[in-house]
Parts: sequence; structure tokens; C-alpha cells
Amino acid sequence: MDIVNEILEREQKKAEKYKSITVDKHLEVDIDVGCLLASDTNDLDSKLLEKSKDIFLQALTRDNTQLLLNKIWELPTERADEAIIVKLPEPKTVIPRAKPVPKPKPLTKWQEFAKSKGITKKKKDKLQWDEQLQKWVPLYGFKKAAAEKEKNWLIEVPQNLDPMTDMYEKKASEKSEKVAKNELQRLKNLARSKKVKIPRVGLPVTSDKANATQLETAATIAKASTASLGKFQDKLPKEKEARGKGIHELIPGKERKRKLPIPTPQQERENNLSMLDSILSKRPKIDMDKAVAKHINDEQVQRSEEKRNTKSPKAGKRKTKGGNATNFSAKKPKAGKGQRNPSKKAGSGRKRR
Amino acid sequence: MKVLSEDRTRILFEKLTKYIGVNVKLLIDRPDGTYCFREKKDRVYYISERLLHLAQTLKPDHLIAAGTCFGKFTKTNKFRLHITALTYIAPYAPYKIWVKPSAEQQFLYGHHIIKSGLGRITENTPKHHGVVVYTMSDIPIGFGVAARTTAECRHADPLATIVFHQADVGEYIRSEDTLT
Repeated sequence: MDIVNEILEREQKKAEKYKSITVDKHLEVDIDVGCLLASDTNDLDSKLLEKSKDIFLQALTRDNTQLLLNKIWELPTERADEAIIVKLPEPKTVIPRAKPVPKPKPLTKWQEFAKSKGITKKKKDKLQWDEQLQKWVPLYGFKKAAAEKEKNWLIEVPQNLDPMTDMYEKKASEKSEKVAKNELQRLKNLARSKKVKIPRVGLPVTSDKANATQLETAATIAKASTASLGKFQDKLPKEKEARGKGIHELIPGKERKRKLPIPTPQQERENNLSMLDSILSKRPKIDMDKAVAKHINDEQVQRSEEKRNTKSPKAGKRKTKGGNATNFSAKKPKAGKGQRNPSKKAGSGRKRR
Repeated sequence: MKVLSEDRTRILFEKLTKYIGVNVKLLIDRPDGTYCFREKKDRVYYISERLLHLAQTLKPDHLIAAGTCFGKFTKTNKFRLHITALTYIAPYAPYKIWVKPSAEQQFLYGHHIIKSGLGRITENTPKHHGVVVYTMSDIPIGFGVAARTTAECRHADPLATIVFHQADVGEYIRSEDTLT
């Protein structure tokens, strides 16, 4: 029996070193195993807390941790390389994000268009069978260029082209143009996503022959590109300003004005009066037509008065037929009708012809 | 009812000053209340503030006109006075023309006034200035543009045009449907 007691005592001593794994709680501790979270809703013992704060809190934490670990041990365990593994369930607690939800990537212009039209991307095979070469050729990348070279060992010059054109060079330039265009579009997309305003510079000249609208636009812009925004430029009889999408922004001094708010009655009256003043002050101080007309009128009045004064005593003589130089008639003047003035002309002398 | 844009207001006032000169101010600066110009379907209406507030209670689609129509803006953005504006133009007009009773009917049918129909004319009327046409009994019957100055009228031959017809009260019957 001694041995039994000894063993029991030893075991008891051993057990005293470790604390028990069963913990009693007044209210059950809320445990979320997925987050490894235990939240204790029991009241704190204020007396103990005041007396020995650290010991009390440590003991409380241990108990709660024990409860959490008990819950973990209830889960199915696995053994892998001398380690016991537990798969935690999905967390129940919702934890707020520290950072905002990332915004979706802005769509490129093509993606936007495809979305609006309902165009979906078709998956193409990476390799395609080439009938001419009788082998599988990749769509792009490794071995594509070699296959292309092998295929195009000879390119026919079309009938409509100059027979001396280098078709290889043409093909290369076409390709480089495509690459450049793609790069430009990429940059434009980037600018659009960053909301950077790109200035529209000049006109897009796509070919050496510009079409009528392009020329019209160019002419309109060139005209407006003076210091006075083309205010004093001459105009052709039936000239029209270029119109169309995006052209308005290209013309200097044609920025759209923002609509003004509706003025109050008092404001409107003031505005109207000031505008009227400006209109009235613009009129010339001396109306030239009026001045000239008045002058002519005065002259005529004066002349008629003069005439009346001079004519009135001779009124009787006026009726005499002929003899008066002022009496214009339709008849041809005839000789011998006038009065002779012998004193005026010396009668003597030869008639000179 | 829209507020007239700045350039349209300018065009309107320039036209009105041709007829009544400085007196346009009296149309805006009235002692009996504030009056303003409003635009609807290119037509310009002269309307008091009080009436305007009442008009604004109506749906724009249901409102045809409010106030007195002064005229309209053409498609080329020129302003054309209507005969309805006569009541406001006639009292203020500095240049007037009186027509003989025999020529009244001719004018009311939309013809120009010729020298033989001219009864009286204001002294010093300039050329191409707006004039209001009166009967000999001082009733305004329309307006037009002086084709000749007063001085030139004196020596014009009897069939010469003195005033170009622009609007006359006969239009109330002749173009009843287009006047609002």
C-alpha cells in the first residue's frame, strides 16, 4: 500500500504543478475558432483586480486560453511529420478592413466599347496548323518569326503598285506603324485612367492627301490663330466655319461659355440699362448724313430766298419770249433772235475765219 | 420663357433705338413696376415682373405667349419688330410721318408710302431711320423706315417712295395666325 500511496502522492504533486484543463465560467465564453478569438463577457472581480491586478489578469487570460484550446482540440486532427495539424473552420466574426476596397481597374477604350456592344473575347489556340508549311505554327512568340520568314520567302508585288517597291520593307513599316499606334492607344488609355488631360495638337493627318473636312478645319484654325483670334481676317463670300465633333475645341478663342444664372429683376434692369448706355454712346456725336442734309437744305432755302428777292421786281419781264439765257426750252436756238449789243463788239474789222 | 442672351439683348436694343432712340430706357426703367424682355420660341415678349411670375406657374409646353410680343429673331439672328410692338413704340417715337387719308388704305394693305401720300413729316428725319406712321387724325397705324430725309422729300417726285413699309395694323387681319 505504501507504494500505491507514494505513487498517488507523487501524481498529486505533479498535478499541482499544472492547472486543471476544466474551467468554470458563470457565463459561457464566446469562442470563434476560425479567428482564434475568445471573448469573455463575464464581470471582472473588482476587489481582486484592485488587490493584485497582474496575477488576476494572468489567471483570467490563462483560463480563457484554456477554453479556446479545449475547443481547438475538439476539432478533427491530422498528423503530419510529428506535428498535429488542425484545420480551422471559417471565421464567424466580421472584422472591418483597415484599407478601402481596391477600385476596379478602369476599362480601356476598346474594353468599354466591347462591353457596350456585348463583344466577348474568343479564345484562340496557341498553335495553328499551317497548310503551306505543313506544321504547327505558334500564334505569336517563339518560332513565329522564323515560320513567317520561311513562309514569305517571296512576296508578289500587286498589279496596282510600282513594280520596284520593296514589299518586305513595306510590310515592316506597316508593322511598325501598328506597333506605334498601339503604343499611342496604350498611353491614351493610361492618361484617361489617370484623368490627365491631353492637349490635342494639330490635326491628325493619316495620309498625304487630306480630305475636304480636314482642310476646312485646318483653314478655320489657321484663320483663328492670330493675336486677335481671327477677328480681322477677311472672309470669302460663301465661307463657312468648320463644324464637327471635337473641332470646336481646336479653334482658338472658341471655348464654350458657361450658361449664366438667371439674374434677379434688379440685376437684369441694371444690365439692360448699362447695355443701352453702351449702345447709345456708340452712336456718332455728329450724324454725317443728317449734317450734310441739313447743310444742303439750308443752302437750298437760302438760294430760293435769294432768287425770290432778285426775281420779284422783274416779274413782268419774265414772260417775254426768248431773249433770256435762263429760259431753257426744248427748241433749238436760232440765229438772229438775240439782242444785239453794238457797243460791246467793235463793228469794224475783218471777220476772221 | 427664357432670358435673352447678351448678344440677343444687344440686337434687340439696337433695333429699338432705331425707332425710339434714347426712350428705350423708359421701357425698362418704369415707375409702375419692373418690366423685362423674355424670349420664347425666338419671339421676344415685353412683360411685367408680376405677370412673369404668374406665367412661370404654367408648364412651358402649355404656355404659348405672355406679355406683349415685340417681334421675333429670324434664323439669321436678326430682330424683326412686329406690329404688336406699336403700342409701346408710338408714344416714344421721335420721328413721325402723317399720311393723307387717301393713302392710308394703300399703307394698310402693305405698300410703301409714296410722296403723293405724304401729309406731314417730322423735321430733320434722317435717312434709314425708323419712323412711326400716323393718320392725319394722329392715330398710329404702323411703322417703317424713312427712305429719304425730310429735305430730300421736298424735292422728290410724287411717285418716289418716302417710307419703306415694315408693319401696319392691317396685319392684325392679314397675318393673324403668325402674330402672337
